[in-house]
Amino acid sequence: MRRIRPIVTNADIQPELAKLRRRGLLRGALSLGALSLLTGCDLSTHSGVDAALEAMLRFDDTLQAKIFSKTRLAETYPASAITTPFRFNAFYAEWQVPVVDPTQWRFSVSGLVADKSDWTLPALMALPQDTQITRHICIEGWSQIGQWRGVPLGLFLRRIGADMRARYVNFKCFDGYSTSIDMPSALHPQTLLALDFEDQPLAPQWGAPLRLRIPTKLGFKSAKNLQSIEVTNKFPGGYWENQGYDWFAGV
Amino acid sequence: MAQTSRPGKRVPAHPVAIRVMHWIGVYGIACMLCSGLLIYDASPLFPFTFPRWACLGGWLGGALAWHLSAMWILFIDGGAYLIYGFVTGHFRRDLAPQGPTAIASDLRAALRFRLGHRAGHYNAVQRLLYVGVIAVAIIAVSSGLSLWKPVQFGWLSGFYGGYPVARVVHFFAMALIMAFVVVHVVLVALYPKTLVSMIAGVPADMSP
Repeated sequence: MRRIRPIVTNADIQPELAKLRRRGLLRGALSLGALSLLTGCDLSTHSGVDAALEAMLRFDDTLQAKIFSKTRLAETYPASAITTPFRFNAFYAEWQVPVVDPTQWRFSVSGLVADKSDWTLPALMALPQDTQITRHICIEGWSQIGQWRGVPLGLFLRRIGADMRARYVNFKCFDGYSTSIDMPSALHPQTLLALDFEDQPLAPQWGAPLRLRIPTKLGFKSAKNLQSIEVTNKFPGGYWENQGYDWFAGV
Repeated sequence: MAQTSRPGKRVPAHPVAIRVMHWIGVYGIACMLCSGLLIYDASPLFPFTFPRWACLGGWLGGALAWHLSAMWILFIDGGAYLIYGFVTGHFRRDLAPQGPTAIASDLRAALRFRLGHRAGHYNAVQRLLYVGVIAVAIIAVSSGLSLWKPVQFGWLSGFYGGYPVARVVHFFAMALIMAFVVVHVVLVALYPKTLVSMIAGVPADMSP
């Protein structure tokens, strides 16, 4: 029987293969990220380089906590500086924003606090409130100025008898988001549990019925659509923080 | 010059400290540049983005981790270089800008590719470029610091005209440093001996 000969033999394509290999090498050399095969290091692998990057982020977090001042205020702006239209941003598209019935909604409290009873929206609205016009700075680099009004978080924490020596305040949201902040930042006078955005009760896309507004941190820390608050000493992480955004995220 | 008074001793064109700091700086700048391009791409200031092959970090979180890690390499390396430059007299001796006449004549020669290069000596155009790039690097680092901490270092952010302006300043500082790098690398390609002298202890050219 005649042996079936392949139409294209290995020898036929050898020059092409060599050319492709050279091109691949060239591309690798052009990619400066290939300095030491670094392109793969993005905090998702468990390589030594990723471990080093994570260690550096923890070092940066320690330093940021030291730089943070309890009394230094984020710049405030006149109403004329407010950005319009205000940009929607979340880990999902705007049409996917979840809507809750504000009369059914409850804000639950847990962890190192004296009073763990749930809060209704009218009960929160009855607390003293502050207004701020501040810059919201996204980790992506863009920023916009908005106006928020709500209950200072420090006041709320005192009201529920929170242990102020605890390290973290953890937030869970009913859209699946979560984040956590350090206690000194939680007690900063400009850190609000916001109820209003630009003189209106929060609309769903701005975090109705309750959101965190913290102008001393990057935008992803200002969690929307809050469901619960927890005071804890156990590091809580967060939606983006668990994927590699630096946890302290101070500005 | 002090160097010529010791004819028996071979003075390297670049002292070992400069050579070590130079190559650490190259690595630091490459990391900062490539991760910075990916951070830029997350929210472009201008109607263009950078190709992925030039970027470091894979995604925004990875790029920021690189940027906020490698900044310490540059900060320490650059700080050591500045201290070294002032303390040893390297800046005063080698980089202090010369008069406009010297600059004009060296620039004319350079543009006609007639400006020679002697290892360990800095002509008027080189001095101007090096002093310029050091100044731009200081702007790049300080504007970067103002972007990292626009509230805690609000005074620095204010100096640059606020957060959005500081982003533009930071971008153009990067662009100017890259322009310098291009010129620098082209000149090294034209005078390959300079590359050798930045690696090995090549003696300085003592001819008058």
